[in-house]
Amino acid sequence: MLNVALPKGRLGEKVYAMFEKAGYECPSIKENNRKLIFENEEKQVRYFWVKPSDVSIYVERGAADIGVAGKDILLEYSPDIYELLDLDMGKCRMAVAGKKDFYDDNTRTLKVATKFVNIAKNHYASKCRDIDIIKLNGSIEIAPILGLSDVIVDIVETGTTLKENDLEVIETIVPISARLIANKSSFKFKTKEIENVVESMKAQVKSND
Amino acid sequence: MDNKVLKNEEKAVFTLRSLYKKYGYLPFKMSKFEEYDLYVRNKDFLVSERVITFNDTNGRLLALKPDVTLSIIKNTVDEAGCKQKVYYNENVYRVSGSTHEFKEIMQTGIECIGDIALYDIYEVLSLGAMSLNEISSDFAIDVSHMGVLKSILDEASDNEVFKKEITSLISEKNSHEATALCEKYQIEEKYKNKILSLVTAYGNMADVIKKLDPVCENEQSKKALCELRALCALLEKTEFKDKIKLDFSVVNDMNYYNGIVFKGFLNGISEGVLSGGQYDTLMQRMGRKSGAVGFAIYLDLLEYLQSTKSEYDVDVLLIYSEKTDTLSLVNSINSYIEKGICVSAQKSIPAKLRYKKIVYLDKEGC
Repeated sequence: MLNVALPKGRLGEKVYAMFEKAGYECPSIKENNRKLIFENEEKQVRYFWVKPSDVSIYVERGAADIGVAGKDILLEYSPDIYELLDLDMGKCRMAVAGKKDFYDDNTRTLKVATKFVNIAKNHYASKCRDIDIIKLNGSIEIAPILGLSDVIVDIVETGTTLKENDLEVIETIVPISARLIANKSSFKFKTKEIENVVESMKAQVKSND
Repeated sequence: MDNKVLKNEEKAVFTLRSLYKKYGYLPFKMSKFEEYDLYVRNKDFLVSERVITFNDTNGRLLALKPDVTLSIIKNTVDEAGCKQKVYYNENVYRVSGSTHEFKEIMQTGIECIGDIALYDIYEVLSLGAMSLNEISSDFAIDVSHMGVLKSILDEASDNEVFKKEITSLISEKNSHEATALCEKYQIEEKYKNKILSLVTAYGNMADVIKKLDPVCENEQSKKALCELRALCALLEKTEFKDKIKLDFSVVNDMNYYNGIVFKGFLNGISEGVLSGGQYDTLMQRMGRKSGAVGFAIYLDLLEYLQSTKSEYDVDVLLIYSEKTDTLSLVNSINSYIEKGICVSAQKSIPAKLRYKKIVYLDKEGC
């Protein structure tokens, strides 16, 4: 039985469609109900919907053999897993943004508001810039407007939210997309199943190009 | 002895000890504390950098052991031609990766230090396989060779930052980002392909070695591959040949490990339970002339292995009262125990105790 952790939401549904094409369908998943676990005994597969930021935890701890997680989560938590494939979907970028007139003159500690503490720390540490991290859990965009921070480090998809709040991207830290990840131990005991999924997904990603 | 009494990890301690003894490994008992200095000098060798330190009565800075290997190396004699084989069973104190808090980890393992030859590497690796097999027959061991990896990275680039990043991607089997990184550092196509073939190399030892033949062109990597081939030929003859795979995602620090490295997994445990390799470079850094190979098994992880859970805590709950004659209580308990029935004598029924049968010794008293 292959246990698959899918991120709740639109991305998860798209990913499930790829699994379906790969021959691991589970019709009950499409029923409109509040169930979180779906199983197809015949295909020996079990899916479960989890919060997107939790997928890597399920996989690292072995509750799921494989799963799909955003690169942002993998960079932030650095779980001990295999990252087997870039699914080339859910694309966006991790970026530094600030008010349009913001200029960093490097004379004082930079105040950075973010949900992604480790990514922000690593980014500025690589530039030897002294920063003051302000961890927020949402509505990051208002931090520079209220003077809570100088800049923010956040995911930027289209840039609309930034624009509407009079912010702009200062620099891109890293491009983000969804990745197929696997538990290291499961990979040894379910090698064939996991390799099959990877191969089929790889072909699908290629044909979408 | 009643096997049900022992937990997985306790059972493992006993069976592994007798296994290592059979192959001539001697017990090694060490102190709980070690001078902090030993760890500062070899900080990168430790799984986590953080160590619990304290001052002893004369002001020296000591540490609760975060690692066993360094202490063993320190205490072995360094003479040409001499070989020491030891096993240990110790607790170490490290920061756990998932909780970021200090944890006591029960570890057992062997070290073979001295004039290391192919046989010693084979012996340690096969003892690793036998150890896991004692715990559960559903195990897997992945073997890699740091020499192959190092020489292929060395010929591709001399940029240390690149080598560090690519090594971490190889350990994730991350071929898409490895490709991107090679392009970023403008690694020649030929070398890029060699690196990528390492990322995807996984499977039966003999098959992977065949695939790597054209990849290993320089002197150093050819030598390393030769070592792998010789080891593979020996392992082919063992009962574990299908459980030992070649996998270059097993990466240990190149500043310490130089030859074969390996990692063992048990089905049902989400992380590796065994980790080992040949660490001649560490020996040299500690001023030793000889080589060494060994492994450690993290016994506390065995807790996650499913063991049969008993339905009851005791077979008989024996209720007695103030009026019960103590001698008759003793006699009745002994009669149960002689029959192999476990019994708990209580004055009243405990809230959380699960029992199969309840017996009132003194009817009137209750």
